[in-house]
Amino acid sequence: MREIIEYISSYLTSDQTPGAAGNMFWALVYIMLVFLGLSVAVIAMNWLERKILAHMQVRLGPMRVGPHGLLQPIADAIKLLLKEDIMPAEADGFVFWMAPLIVVLAAFTVFVVVPFGPTHAITDMNIGILFMLGVSSLSVLGIVMAGWASNSHYPLIGALRSSAQMVSYEVAMGLAVVSAILMTSLNAEGTGTLSMIGIVRAQQAQGEWFVFKFFPLGLIAFFIFAVAMVAETNRAPFDLAEAESELTAGFHTEYSGFRWSLFFLAEYSAMIAVSSIAVTLWLGGWLRPFPNWLNGTPWDQIFSIFPGVTFLLFAAICFFNTVRMPKHPLFRIQTIGLAGFGVVLGLIGLVLFVPAVSLRVQDVFWFSTKVAGFMYLYIWYRGTFPRYRFDQLMQMGWKVLLPMGLGVLILTAGVALLQENIWHP
Amino acid sequence: MAPVATPFFFYLFAAIMLMGGIAVITRKNPVHSALALIVALLAQASLYLMLYAPFVAGVQIILYAGGIMVLFLFVIMLVSIDRSIKERQFNRQWVVGMIAATALGGLFVAVYTKGKDIFPEHALSVAEGDNTQKIATMLYGQYMFTFEIASLLLLVAIIGAVVMAKKRI
Amino acid sequence: MESILHITTLHYLVLGAALFLLGVIGVLTRRNVVIVLMSIELILNAVNLNLVAFSRMWGGLHGQVFSIFVITDAAAEAAVGLGILIAFFRNKETVNIDEVNLLKW
Repeated sequence: MREIIEYISSYLTSDQTPGAAGNMFWALVYIMLVFLGLSVAVIAMNWLERKILAHMQVRLGPMRVGPHGLLQPIADAIKLLLKEDIMPAEADGFVFWMAPLIVVLAAFTVFVVVPFGPTHAITDMNIGILFMLGVSSLSVLGIVMAGWASNSHYPLIGALRSSAQMVSYEVAMGLAVVSAILMTSLNAEGTGTLSMIGIVRAQQAQGEWFVFKFFPLGLIAFFIFAVAMVAETNRAPFDLAEAESELTAGFHTEYSGFRWSLFFLAEYSAMIAVSSIAVTLWLGGWLRPFPNWLNGTPWDQIFSIFPGVTFLLFAAICFFNTVRMPKHPLFRIQTIGLAGFGVVLGLIGLVLFVPAVSLRVQDVFWFSTKVAGFMYLYIWYRGTFPRYRFDQLMQMGWKVLLPMGLGVLILTAGVALLQENIWHP
Repeated sequence: MAPVATPFFFYLFAAIMLMGGIAVITRKNPVHSALALIVALLAQASLYLMLYAPFVAGVQIILYAGGIMVLFLFVIMLVSIDRSIKERQFNRQWVVGMIAATALGGLFVAVYTKGKDIFPEHALSVAEGDNTQKIATMLYGQYMFTFEIASLLLLVAIIGAVVMAKKRI
Repeated sequence: MESILHITTLHYLVLGAALFLLGVIGVLTRRNVVIVLMSIELILNAVNLNLVAFSRMWGGLHGQVFSIFVITDAAAEAAVGLGILIAFFRNKETVNIDEVNLLKW
């Protein structure tokens, strides 16, 4: 028994990712954890999207299923699982079945290299960012196959438009990524790195997040990536290919039940994946805010109580809403449920105050907070912007973002060379 | 990086590649052939990772599986395949073709059995940590001319493909 | 048994040769132009596998750089080949290479 505890604690204090250490058991454990975390994040995103969109449109959203609609995603999942699985008559059965699998595969494999912390990635490949961009471009294949296999013209047009849009904005994304990678090479040896953990360590070593570096070049590159990533995941305002008023849900029109939920799962996972790329490349990954300006032990301790305080804040909101629930006997179950949820959140917050736990969870917490900020931005875009027409969309991808990306890249390279010449002549 | 269970993964990916290759040349439906080729290409990218060539694996996934095969799928969708599925699949010279392939296979077997002692073991263990940096140094240093010619070739291919596929020149 | 379990360069070369053979059979025996083009991609991939296996054996990275160039050229050739196929398909409405016989007398 003691050996097991020693084994676990010796692993918890290692300084390598499981992939680098060649440890298959821990790699599998990390994969399970990432998978679980992703599922919870997708469920939470479903609920958050409906509630936040509703509040932006001055209505309430789902309120009935659980307290304040908290059990609505579970009800949606049960409904989707119980629905009839329809396949169109003349559809190509094998391709129809494979298309959602490919999209889900591409969306989930990306998370192998996402760095939740300095040793909290499943593995740290030498080509981390290249791998992420490449595997996320495999989802275009799944979309084309889905549109083709449905044997109907609305899905085919939707799939062709969607894949053309994704391919165009991948170019702009690639250029923005290259200009961020360029900034990692401003060190003593003069070589940069493509590995995700290496990029965050470069930001740590250079003392500023890449979004503020060479102002305004880092900011413009971040902006180009932020726009291109929304177009890449087919979200508003670039969601013409799956808009209901235009193409009756585009390439996933003929999918029902569990297969449709796979597409939906893949879309949210892809959103989280590209947000992770943006957070790692420009916003400093797992680094806490102001690592250099406010350094030293007292500030470290102040920032280390943030995870616990956040969960206690959520628990306080739950209790406040429990008090505000209508005092009617039919609402008793919901009131008790909300209070129980608040108690669970409070317990998690209290556990996060323990120093041993807080030390390991610190990095994951800051990373998740920044990605959650991006998710809120996605929902905000959906509630605010009108939809782009398809020719406007393609024009923006090729005629606006691509020249801007090239310009930022050339200027960044020039400024980096000048800086090298000034400091190391 | 510490290698883990190398024979198992090698045989797994080799089997996937061979089955994918056989599926490419035997399926009636070109869409199924394209899907089998995508599976084979992804298995090959995994083999590159096992050969300590991560950059080539990344390039294979992005360019081959994510670019060329999308191109193939688009063209298959444009070209109507309903007529071609009902036609005869293998041409009339298939006997001569198989004899030629068997002769080539015999040549390979002869070369490999006679020469299998001249391959030294994996004596040199190439570190994976800076593979990309070394390839970049070689690409922009020793192979700079080839790099420029490759970009010129891609430009020619783009212009050629646009001209070929236009309706009226 | 030991020679099967210990993976050497020869294993990768044999796999490359097998893929090359599959590609050659596909080019020589199929009638559909798209499948012939895909068999050519199989041949190029077999060559790439050989190159990278030898690069690992000798320790230098020249084989890997060469294989990157091979992949680039395969992309260019696939684009031009498919363009020609589309131009031809517009004329004759078929993807059968046995019918590309306009010069037959």
